[in-house]
Amino acid sequence: MFYPIFAGRNRDMTRRAFFAQRQYVIIAIMVVTVVIFLVKLFYIQVLSDNYRLLSESNVRRSLVQYPPRGIIYDRHGDKLVTNEPAYDLMVIPRQVKNPDTLELCRLLDLDPQLFKHRLTKARKYSMYKASIFLEQISKESYGYLQEKLYRFPGFFVQPRTLRKYPYPIAASVLGYVGEVNQNDIDKDPYYISGDYVGKSGIEKSYEKELRGVKGMRIVMVDVFNREKGRFEEGQYDVPQVQGEDLISTLDLQLQLYAEKLMQGKRGSVVAIEPSTGEILVMVTAPGYDPNLLIGRQRTKNFAMLSQDPQKPLFNRALQAQYPPGSTFKLVVGLTGLEEGTITVNSRFGCNGKASSPIACTHSHATPLDLIGAIEQSCNPYFWNVFRTSVDRFGYTNTRKGYNEWRRIVLSFGFGSPISPDLLNQANGNIPKDAYYDKYFGRNGWRSLTIRSLSIGQGEILVTPLQLANLSATIANRGYYIPPHVVKRAGDHDIGFEKKKTAVADEYFLPIIEGMNNVFEASHGTARYWKIDSISSCGKTGTVQNPHGKDHSLFLAFAPKDNPKIAICVVVENAGFGATWAGPIASLLMEKYIKGRVKRLDVEEHMINSNLIGP
Amino acid sequence: MRERKNVFQNADKVMIVIYILLVLMGWLNIYAAVYDDTHSSIFDLSTNYGKQALWIGTSALLIFLIMMTEARFFSSFSYVIYVGIILLLVLVLGVGREVAGSKSWIEIGSFRLQPAELAKFATNLALAAYLGRTHVNIQTLSTKVVVAIILGIPPILILAQNDTGSAIVYATFILVLFREGLSGGFLVAGFVAAVLFVMSLLVNQWIVIGSAAVILALIAWRWQRGRRPWVPLIGIFLISAAFVFSVDYTFHKVLEPHQKERINVLLGKETDLKGAGYNVHQSLIAIGSGGIVGKGYLNGTQTKYNYVPEQSTDFIFCTVGEEWGFVGSTVVLGLFLALLIRIILQAERQRTAFARIYGYGVASILFFHLAINVGMAIGLLPVVGIPLPFFSYGGSSLWSFTILLFIFIKLDSHRNEVV
Repeated sequence: MFYPIFAGRNRDMTRRAFFAQRQYVIIAIMVVTVVIFLVKLFYIQVLSDNYRLLSESNVRRSLVQYPPRGIIYDRHGDKLVTNEPAYDLMVIPRQVKNPDTLELCRLLDLDPQLFKHRLTKARKYSMYKASIFLEQISKESYGYLQEKLYRFPGFFVQPRTLRKYPYPIAASVLGYVGEVNQNDIDKDPYYISGDYVGKSGIEKSYEKELRGVKGMRIVMVDVFNREKGRFEEGQYDVPQVQGEDLISTLDLQLQLYAEKLMQGKRGSVVAIEPSTGEILVMVTAPGYDPNLLIGRQRTKNFAMLSQDPQKPLFNRALQAQYPPGSTFKLVVGLTGLEEGTITVNSRFGCNGKASSPIACTHSHATPLDLIGAIEQSCNPYFWNVFRTSVDRFGYTNTRKGYNEWRRIVLSFGFGSPISPDLLNQANGNIPKDAYYDKYFGRNGWRSLTIRSLSIGQGEILVTPLQLANLSATIANRGYYIPPHVVKRAGDHDIGFEKKKTAVADEYFLPIIEGMNNVFEASHGTARYWKIDSISSCGKTGTVQNPHGKDHSLFLAFAPKDNPKIAICVVVENAGFGATWAGPIASLLMEKYIKGRVKRLDVEEHMINSNLIGP
Repeated sequence: MRERKNVFQNADKVMIVIYILLVLMGWLNIYAAVYDDTHSSIFDLSTNYGKQALWIGTSALLIFLIMMTEARFFSSFSYVIYVGIILLLVLVLGVGREVAGSKSWIEIGSFRLQPAELAKFATNLALAAYLGRTHVNIQTLSTKVVVAIILGIPPILILAQNDTGSAIVYATFILVLFREGLSGGFLVAGFVAAVLFVMSLLVNQWIVIGSAAVILALIAWRWQRGRRPWVPLIGIFLISAAFVFSVDYTFHKVLEPHQKERINVLLGKETDLKGAGYNVHQSLIAIGSGGIVGKGYLNGTQTKYNYVPEQSTDFIFCTVGEEWGFVGSTVVLGLFLALLIRIILQAERQRTAFARIYGYGVASILFFHLAINVGMAIGLLPVVGIPLPFFSYGGSSLWSFTILLFIFIKLDSHRNEVV
């Protein structure tokens, strides 16, 4: 009976009855429509999971929570490195919808060309992941921007902390922080683009302690990217862990003073507390203000610093390698005593400038004993000591004698990086026998060939840090604790194993006597820099420099008994060790032990002397 | 009091209950759609749901007015009402206020009225009055012409307001005409035309025409031997072919770019999820993420966080789908279907042709809105902005559907009286 329902041409009487049947067709159309809808609804709501995921990805936004980096204190609790809030503008390129570029550029004070460039860069990195669009917006423009930002989907502000240095000092020790590069990301999956990482100094070597653990806050955002609440009550959030604070071994006041003394000079100062190996002062001069390498100006300033002919980024305390000059006589003397080739009372003659094979730069009574030779820095004396060491297995058995001598020298920490927590230390160089074989042929060298070593010249190279450590080792009468710059991270102390030298403790006593005489005795090379009422020990060094004026070196520690500070000062191209390095070391020791300096004239002279030109 | 009791005494309780349920559910969903923790009073008049509460209250007043009006008033004044509304539609072209590209609002103070919404029940009244006369025969050409004029004027005026959605609603009266005797061929032709339209946009025109030829040949082959209707079949084929080619022309030359985009999105030819496809995509995500029982009331992230546009009006079904899931969607669709069937069954029980035709008109209009609105939200039909009856936010729309339905309830309550 389907046909009549659709038939139009019917007789009058039956027509109405037929038409009434059509209600079922109409009802059927409605039912079928609703059923089709229900089938489709069943498919998308019940069968397919796709839309649920899409809806979550719509609203879910993972916000990285950057914990504040640990603060770095000096040894007395003064802040060396702190944080201040900063805001990075991040972009998720996929979500960027035809932005009103001009408006955004105006808000950010950004050139439209640069805007395009940065967006392209972000797109290249990832369409889906956030990357930094503009780093470190000021607090003021952040407040202004935040109100307008909803109009620019895909952009959001990531709160950060920026480093801040209350004092413009110790830049090379503290290091700096910068955005991770691809290399950092590849090495450690912890990092994602836009993270900050310590790039040098303590910031780098204690990166793991300082950075803490990033958190993740998963929030829901509306279509304008405005935060609307936490996703699933925050059950998938990852809490952030604050970075550990560090207590460095540096002494803020002494560091300030040392940098002041070193201004206008090229060189470095390293001071160590002998009993602990804690580095009190580490100066490289010329240095730079660490505040230059934070924020948006970092790249520009970094380029400027790296092009500076004075090389302020070069950490001389760790990376500069010098022949130790006369300061090395201490080691030569100790080696002779240990090997038994000399005694405290051994005397060697000196013909002054006429001495052969090594002339003496000082004129003094002759012959001197060991203590006197140190006091007056007699070159021929130590050449003789060195000769007896190297030749002790026979004049022709140089190799054995040299290697034995070298073993003892290396036990002082020379020839390899010495600090466990400073990065990029130069090795220094105590030449291997193979080196001389190469130059002079196998067994083609004798003690005479390598005589320069006896007075710390020639192929031998050391860093200021290694020399400071030598001073500390002598102060300790035979051992050292590897010098380090951080003593406490978070709630645990950082300590290092004591290292014994290959020289017996007793042999240090005459060396110390000699060093004491350097200040105290009437002929001592640093007698003018004796500190009132502190019995100090020191050793001058004047390093011949083929490229210009001699380098001025000074090693010292004080007080003689129970030493509190051991120090090494290097002033490049400054002449005699006693002229520049000596007084600077002396002033620093006085300042550290006494708290204040009495010799204001010396202080003023040192501070105001400019040895490197304007 | 006695008076009022009489007013509702014979009113159909099923329709009234479903109406109340739908209106209240709609209100709750509008609240959910614009829900914000900071505005939590459901009566806040600065918000959509607060205003909707006002519209619901005034709708209740309208219901009392309608129920207290003499039933005869509607049949007697149907033409007057119709002409009045036509005048309003003309008026809106002159003084109307443009909102979102459509010039369809009359503004009186802060109060805005959309005459196109009211035109539906007025047209329905006029059609019922005309076809309800005794001895009218829809088969005659003159009747068809008059019907075409009654049904044609409002959509033309509404199209002039640039409100396509409200205009195409008038196509739904074909169901009423079908019930009143119009040949089923029109329905079939309409259906075939829709299929051909979609097919010719999706596949090569020649393939469509070829398939039509094969289907018609099959019909001819299966036909009773000896009486094969060659002339009509070839005629149908030629008309189909012409139609297929005209679709191409219409699509590219007549439709506006946004309309083309909407159709392309629907057919899967355009997948720009940020542009034209955005609304439907987000709507699908909202509904699809609802699951079986939904995310829970006020917990819909898609709707609450404004991912779905027009969510308290055209896309209100998203809120239902997302927060109440498949169960809620089924309940809402079920209630609508129940209401539609109830209206049709009651319409068939009317003594007067006027009441019956009016009833069918109500059912057809409600059905068309339901089909287009939900079909659009779930990606089965192109995006056409028309409200979901009783659900969508909007005073004009709620009033017009309330008037539309309650005039029928009023007429129905008097079906046992001698008119």
